[in-house]
Amino acid sequence: MKRSLPLAMLLSLSLAPAARAANEADYKAAYAAAEAASKEAAGMRNQWTVTVSALAAAKKAGDSGDFDRAIAAAKEAEALAKASTFQATSEKEAWKAMEIR
Amino acid sequence: MKARSALLLGSLSAALVAFALTSPRVVAADKVDPVADAKAFQNFFFQKFPDVKHEDFVNGPYSMNADMKRQWQEKEEFPPYEFALDAGKEMFATPFKNGKTYADCFPNRGIGIRQNYPYFDGKEGKVVTLELALNRCREGNGEAPYSYVKDEMASLTAYMAFTSRGKPMDIRIPDDPRALAAFENGKRYFYTRRGQLNFSCASCHVQSPGERIRAEILAPALGILNAMPIYRSEWSGMGTTSRRFVTCNSQTRAVPLEPQADEYRDVEYFLSYVANGLPISGPGARP
Repeated sequence: MKRSLPLAMLLSLSLAPAARAANEADYKAAYAAAEAASKEAAGMRNQWTVTVSALAAAKKAGDSGDFDRAIAAAKEAEALAKASTFQATSEKEAWKAMEIR
Repeated sequence: MKARSALLLGSLSAALVAFALTSPRVVAADKVDPVADAKAFQNFFFQKFPDVKHEDFVNGPYSMNADMKRQWQEKEEFPPYEFALDAGKEMFATPFKNGKTYADCFPNRGIGIRQNYPYFDGKEGKVVTLELALNRCREGNGEAPYSYVKDEMASLTAYMAFTSRGKPMDIRIPDDPRALAAFENGKRYFYTRRGQLNFSCASCHVQSPGERIRAEILAPALGILNAMPIYRSEWSGMGTTSRRFVTCNSQTRAVPLEPQADEYRDVEYFLSYVANGLPISGPGARP
């Protein structure tokens, strides 16, 4: 019993970083990545409305200090932006398959 | 050994014949040929809907559904665009502060010319739409430009379209590589998928005209701009061609471009050109 207590404490300490609440620095990094991906999509003139909404939601949550929610929204925005750049890239040739000839 | 040589020779000849047959098609497919594109575009719709009279395609969803057509014909006795039409007529005749009018900016004083818009402006090297020409006319006469999507712009274009009703769309593509590039760019825009829903203009208006998308019946792409501007019950008001493009983009969850962006000008050029010969029916009314 005496041995198991320090072990349990050690274990919980080792897991703590993974379970800790997100902080502002994490949010800022996630937001910056999402913003960069979003700018790339906009530069290709293929921005999606849902990317803009997710980015705005991330900013709103970040400004209010809810960094967990802010990071989740930023990651969603980044994924959406990357999907739209993939779409724009693949459509450079794929549109021809739809053409009436 | 002889058999093997014969087989090899045979395969080689077949490969050569296949190459000879396919290579001209590849070259032809890459060449910008608006005449062939327009012919193919029109034939597609004429064959897909053999019972629809060719001139009826400009009536959008009403050409696809007999019940809707009857309702629309009754509505046309007191059309919902009538107020905009009257307002547009009055605005068109009202002089600017400098005493000039819209008539001074257009060929034939702006009457019966809708079927020639958009056109390719060799000086600018770009497509000029009727909406753009109207705002340039205003700005050239010291007036502030109008919103491209509704209200005054819709009223003005409604009146100008009305003076062209029944005239066949007559868009020219000059022998200018920039004009051909604009046509091709418009075609590319029309067929390119965009937005989170991964829809192109063609997804609805080529692949599914006459089908329902929620409560709407989709209009065929052929002649879709001949009816512009339109009163849409969904909008509870009038909308221009710009508004139509912007809302189509939003509906696919794509961020719309700014009205009169090059892409919109080019897609208007493409869609109008492939509708050459079909009558102007604007202003229109849609659900």
